[in-house]
Amino acid sequence: MSEFLFEYLPILIFIFIALALAVGMTLLSFVVGDSQPDQEKLSAYECGFEAFDDARGRFDVRFYLVAILFIIFDLEVAFLFPWAVTLGKIGLFGFWSMMIFLTVLTIGFIYEWKKGALEWE
Amino acid sequence: MTYDIIVTGLIIVAQILAVVVPVLISVAFLVYAERKVLALIQLRRGPNIVGPFGILQSFADALKLITKENIIPSGSNKIVFILAPIITMVLSLAGWAVIPFAPGWVVSDINVGIMYLFAVSSLGVYGIIMAGWASNSQYPFLGALRSAAQMVSYEVSIGFVIITVLLCVGSLNLSKIVLAQQTVWFAIPLLPMFIIFFISALAETNRLPFDLPEDESTLVAGFFTEYSSASFVLFFLGEYASMILMSSMTVILFLGGWLPPFDVYPLNVVPGVIWFTVKVIFILFLFIWVRGTFPRYRYDQLMRLGWKVFLPFSLFWVVATSGFLVYFDILPN
Amino acid sequence: MVLYSLTFYLFSSVAVLSALMVISAKNPVHSVLFLILSFVNASGLFVLLGAEFLAMILVVVYVGAVAVLFLFVVMMLDINFVKLREGFLQYLPFGALLGIVLVIELGILFLTDRSSNIYNNQTPLQPIVNEVENTKMIGQILYTEYFYLFQICGIILLVAMIGSITLTLRDKGGVKRQNIDSQNTVDASTAIEKKKVKIGEGI
Repeated sequence: MSEFLFEYLPILIFIFIALALAVGMTLLSFVVGDSQPDQEKLSAYECGFEAFDDARGRFDVRFYLVAILFIIFDLEVAFLFPWAVTLGKIGLFGFWSMMIFLTVLTIGFIYEWKKGALEWE
Repeated sequence: MTYDIIVTGLIIVAQILAVVVPVLISVAFLVYAERKVLALIQLRRGPNIVGPFGILQSFADALKLITKENIIPSGSNKIVFILAPIITMVLSLAGWAVIPFAPGWVVSDINVGIMYLFAVSSLGVYGIIMAGWASNSQYPFLGALRSAAQMVSYEVSIGFVIITVLLCVGSLNLSKIVLAQQTVWFAIPLLPMFIIFFISALAETNRLPFDLPEDESTLVAGFFTEYSSASFVLFFLGEYASMILMSSMTVILFLGGWLPPFDVYPLNVVPGVIWFTVKVIFILFLFIWVRGTFPRYRYDQLMRLGWKVFLPFSLFWVVATSGFLVYFDILPN
Repeated sequence: MVLYSLTFYLFSSVAVLSALMVISAKNPVHSVLFLILSFVNASGLFVLLGAEFLAMILVVVYVGAVAVLFLFVVMMLDINFVKLREGFLQYLPFGALLGIVLVIELGILFLTDRSSNIYNNQTPLQPIVNEVENTKMIGQILYTEYFYLFQICGIILLVAMIGSITLTLRDKGGVKRQNIDSQNTVDASTAIEKKKVKIGEGI
């Protein structure tokens, strides 16, 4: 196996060890912990009330908007990663290429700011 | 041949345990230190019963919690409910695989180390969303929703901050990022980015003053309201382990990792791992200090800070830093 | 090499199985969680192919961002899924058509000369590992050689941003917002008014 993949092997083992640890602790609590469930104990916590309705309700559309805008900016960051490490090699053209890209996205950012998409009330 | 494989395998496992065990123990002491520092800030005594100066308090708490009943609410989605804390824990430990503690002291020295950390921290939101949804209860659900929106908002500025550091390094490898700071720590030329990164780290780990997802006075305990016993311990461990992870990331990106402040005689004989630990402890102290002194943010203020202040400012700094480096032709290769 | 095959089969089988679970799981949230598992395993496969940058980007963008949106939608939209399934038969012909087209396309891809060579030579695919990291290899051509494609990506993102805002943003009206500037510029002369109040009369 190549050197390259050999660097990744510990990560895989690491994740398995962490998984074993976490699962082990959860199982341990089922073994050593008490188990005397009753109906009230198992009901959802509601500060003493009976639950009024199902907890999974509809939500403000702003949360979706935040998620969508996050995807877009995350992609922007993803594009910046290779650029940041190779800027010394690709020279001025690469620099201005990215500046145009960022300008286009900044236009979008200004648009959403002006539209009030970033307002939160 | 097979003998070789077994030996290398054992070495890897030993290395991993040499990272995981100290991390878990330091979580215990971090919890203790946090309670003690907060107590000092508030002129109280803090834990002082279990062991000398109460130093074993966290271990006692952990043992107590594990022997408690693991309550799984009847209305919950049971598999996801149990899975959520496990995922939180695994993710907060997985990031440690690429952290260089000293020259060569790293479990896996991959080329894209910083992206791996960025990826792992972007997954952290899942444990919280899953917990909030699986509980099927009002408070956890609201907490999860808030937390998801908050974490993704601050992740964008963390991404831009990382880019500015990468511009000065020219590599994604964490050891190379540290070595690029031999002349000057990046905290000095990139001071505003250091501050933004620190504040975003607070928001990313749901610490005060950004702890709205688990804000006691309105949401009971936020996304882990319904959790008890070992599942609760896992969330707790996960949260503090990722707090230490974020501090280590801050140290690697801005405070020169294992490097001494000045490369002069009495300082440079101290082993790198000690410098690393001292710096991480310093950042962790800042985390606790902030918790002890600042009031909680309101949610609209939090979102405005993330999207309208940090995002444009860090984007501007990416452009400014790259422009500066290109203009003076001092880019690293 | 055994280890390589083992990890490959681990990742690929989990990826395929979880992909199957995505379409067969009853609960849509479980579907999305399996989708995430599938993405993560696909990223593991990328690492095995030596494409470490792509692997990380897959996790950051798809798992860290796109799947979060999916989860938001299925968790919080409170859709009645029993009702959605009623229309299943109605869309079956269309879905089947899409499936068949996809299978044919994949078949063409597998049967063309270029890919069949790999199987004739019986050499397993090796990770391409050069002196240069593949992040840098991508960086060296993406912004210069593929300049136009790169700018088109930017414009697509702009369109996505504007589109999502026009689709989701509704002005509710009557909402009070905090105005930081006006709060900060307040001084005593405008904020406080002094009045003499006579006893027993009030203002």
